[in-house]
Amino acid sequence: MVYERGITEMNIDFVSKYKIFVAISLVIIIAGLAVMIFQGLNLGIDFKGGTVIYVNIGKPYSPDDIRSILSSQGIEATVVQVGDNKQDAIIRMRYMENQEEIQQRLIDALKEKYDLTDERFSVDTVGPTIGKDLTRNAILSTVISWVFILIYVGTRFEFKSGVAAIVALVHDVLIMVAAAALLRTQINSPFVAAVLTIIGYSINDTIVIFDRVRENQKRFGKKLSMAEIVNRSINESLTRTINTSLTTLFTVTALYVFGVESIKEFSLPMLVGIISGVYSTIFIAGPLWVEWSERAERRRLATAK
Amino acid sequence: MRKKSGLKLFLIIACIAILCYIALNGLEIGIYRIVPLAERVQQGLDLKGGLYVVYEADIAPGDPDRDSKIAGAIRVMRNRLDKSNQHEATIAPQGTNRIVVEIPGVDNPQELADILMKPAVLEFIGPEGDVIITGKDVKTAKPGYITGQKPVVHFELHPEGAKKFAEATEKYLGQVIKIVLDGNPISEPTVDEVIPNGQGVIHGMRDIEEAQKLATLIESGALPVELKQVEVRTIGATLGANALERGILAGIVGLSLVFLFMLVYYRLPGLVADLALVVYTLLVMLITVLARITITLPGIAGIVLSIGMAVDANVIIFERIKEELRAGKTLRAALDSGFSKAFSAILDSNVTTLIAGVVLLYFGTGPIQGFAKTLMLGVVVSMFTAIVFTKYVLRLIIDLNVQNKKLYGV
Repeated sequence: MVYERGITEMNIDFVSKYKIFVAISLVIIIAGLAVMIFQGLNLGIDFKGGTVIYVNIGKPYSPDDIRSILSSQGIEATVVQVGDNKQDAIIRMRYMENQEEIQQRLIDALKEKYDLTDERFSVDTVGPTIGKDLTRNAILSTVISWVFILIYVGTRFEFKSGVAAIVALVHDVLIMVAAAALLRTQINSPFVAAVLTIIGYSINDTIVIFDRVRENQKRFGKKLSMAEIVNRSINESLTRTINTSLTTLFTVTALYVFGVESIKEFSLPMLVGIISGVYSTIFIAGPLWVEWSERAERRRLATAK
Repeated sequence: MRKKSGLKLFLIIACIAILCYIALNGLEIGIYRIVPLAERVQQGLDLKGGLYVVYEADIAPGDPDRDSKIAGAIRVMRNRLDKSNQHEATIAPQGTNRIVVEIPGVDNPQELADILMKPAVLEFIGPEGDVIITGKDVKTAKPGYITGQKPVVHFELHPEGAKKFAEATEKYLGQVIKIVLDGNPISEPTVDEVIPNGQGVIHGMRDIEEAQKLATLIESGALPVELKQVEVRTIGATLGANALERGILAGIVGLSLVFLFMLVYYRLPGLVADLALVVYTLLVMLITVLARITITLPGIAGIVLSIGMAVDANVIIFERIKEELRAGKTLRAALDSGFSKAFSAILDSNVTTLIAGVVLLYFGTGPIQGFAKTLMLGVVVSMFTAIVFTKYVLRLIIDLNVQNKKLYGV
C-alpha cells in the first residue's frame, strides 16, 4: 500500500515543535478552567444531590405541558425532551427537605396526564451527603491510579519516562474536564469512570512509543541524539498509535450514538479522552522525555566541566 | 505438514462456528438442553428494572459496636424483605456506615424502601408510663381477623415476656395499656382480663395490608440503628429493557466496524484478528455466565469498549510483522519476531489498564463496579485471544503456504 508506506517513511519533527503543541493544549485547558471558575461544572445529582425523573411518555408531547404541571405544584425543575422520537422527558430538580413527597406528587400527576404506569419511570434521588464522598473518591482514585502507573512505568522504563507519561495523563484528564466544562456535559459517576478508564488506556500508546524508544536506543544510541531517537520512534509508531485508538473510537462512538443517556454521559468524555490521548502521546509525552533527558545531560556536562 | 495444518484450521473454524451457534440459539439433545448464553446472563437492576437504595446509619465514627450494629440492621432488613416475599433482593454493607439494598422488579418501590428503614421499636406501656414488654419479647406476630371482620395482629410472647405480660395485666386490670410503635400509639386497649399465656391481639388497623405490614415489622424486630435514605434509584422495567436493547445494538455496530476495519486494513491477519474477536466475545460471555457476574448498563459499556481495545494488541503485532516483512524477513520469521517484539509493549499496556480497573473497582460503587469488572475481564481475555490464539492460527495459515505478502498488507 502506497499510503501505508507513506506513513512509515514519514519523518515529522515532532520534538522541536512541541512548544506549539503544548500551547494548543494549554489554550483549551485554560478556557475550560475559566468556564469552570465563572460558571462551574454542570454537576449532576451524583455530586450535588437532587432528583432526576426519566419518563418514557411513549407519544408526542410538549415539554411546556410538563413545565406547567411543575409550576402549578410549585416545583422548581428543568425539563429536557430526549429519546429517539422525542417521546422521553428528563426532569431534574434540586434536593429539597420533603423530596419524596414532592416527587411522588409529580409522578402521580404525570401518570394521570399521560396515562402511564410505573414501568415507564426511572427515578433517581441522591441525598446531599453522597456527593461529598463521590468527589473525594473521584479525586483520590484519580491520584492513586496516577501514582501506581508512575511506579509501574518508572520501574519498567526509567523514572523520567514515567513522569513524562504521567504528565501526558494529567493533560488528558485536564482536557476531559475542560471539554466537559466547555460543552456543559452533565457530570455524574459515569464521567469519573471515563476519566479512570482513559488514565489506564491512553497510556497504552505512550508505552508503545517508549518501548520503541528503548529499542532504538539500543540500536542507534551512539549514532543519534535522544531527540532524533524519539522522533524516529514516534514516526515509526504513528500508524499503530492511530489505528489502536481508531478501533476503540469506533466502539465508543457506537456507544455514544446508540446508548441511552447515562451511556452518553460516559462515552462523550471517553471520545474526548481517546483523542486527547493520541495527541498527548504523539506531541507531548515523547518530546517531554527528550527535553528532560537533554536538560539532565547538559547539567551533567556542566558539572563535569 | 500442510494437510495437518489445513485440518487443524478447519477444525478450529468449525468449532467456533458451532459454539457461536449454540451461544446464540441454544441446543437440545434428548433430555439435555443448553439455553442460549444471553438468557443466562444475570442482568443488573438498571437493565431489568427495580429498586436500588443506599441507607446511611446514624452511628458515631468511633462507636466500637459499629460493625455489629450494621450487621444487625442487615439481618433485620433481610427478615423484612423475606417476609415481604422479596427473596431475590440483595443487601450489602458499603463503606463503614452505609447499607445498599437492591431489589429487582418491585411494584411499590418507595413503600418497600420505607418499610426497610422503619425503626420498628414496639413497646407496651402501662398507665404509669412504664414499659412492660417490647418487640424483643414477641415470638410470633400474624395478621388476621377477629369478630366483625376487623383486621388485627395476633401475637405470641416468649415465656419470659408472657410472665411479665401476665403480671402487668393483673396489675392494670381495667386500665389502659398503650401499644406504641416508633413513638406512635397504634392501639390503646383496656385490659379486660388477666392474660397468662402470652397471647393477644393488637387492634387499630385500617385493613389487612396494614396488619400484614405491622406483623412483618414486629416479627423481624427493631433496627439497632437509625437509618435514612441517602440514595434511591428506581428503574422502570420498560426503560431498563430499552437500555439493554440499545447497549446490544451499540455492541453489534461497534463490533462490525472493528471487524471491517481490521479486514480492510490488515487483510489476512485482519481476518484472523476478527476470528480472535469472535472467540473473545464468546469467552467474555461464557465467563460472565459461569462466574455469575451481574451485567449492569455500565458493564455493557465496559464490554463494548473492550471490543475496541481487544484488537489493539493485534494492531501492534501486525504493524510489527509488516515492518519485519519490509526488512526482508520470511513470513515465518517475521511472524515470530513480530509477536515477540510486540509482547512487552502489550503486556505493559494491559497492566496499566488493569491498574485503573482495580482502582475503579475499589473506589466505585454499584454499577460502576460492574463496569470495572467487565473491563478487567476483557483485558485479561483479550491478552489470550489477541496473542495466543492469533499467533497459533496465523502459523497454521503460513504452514498452508499462503505466502503472498500482499495478503499480509505489505
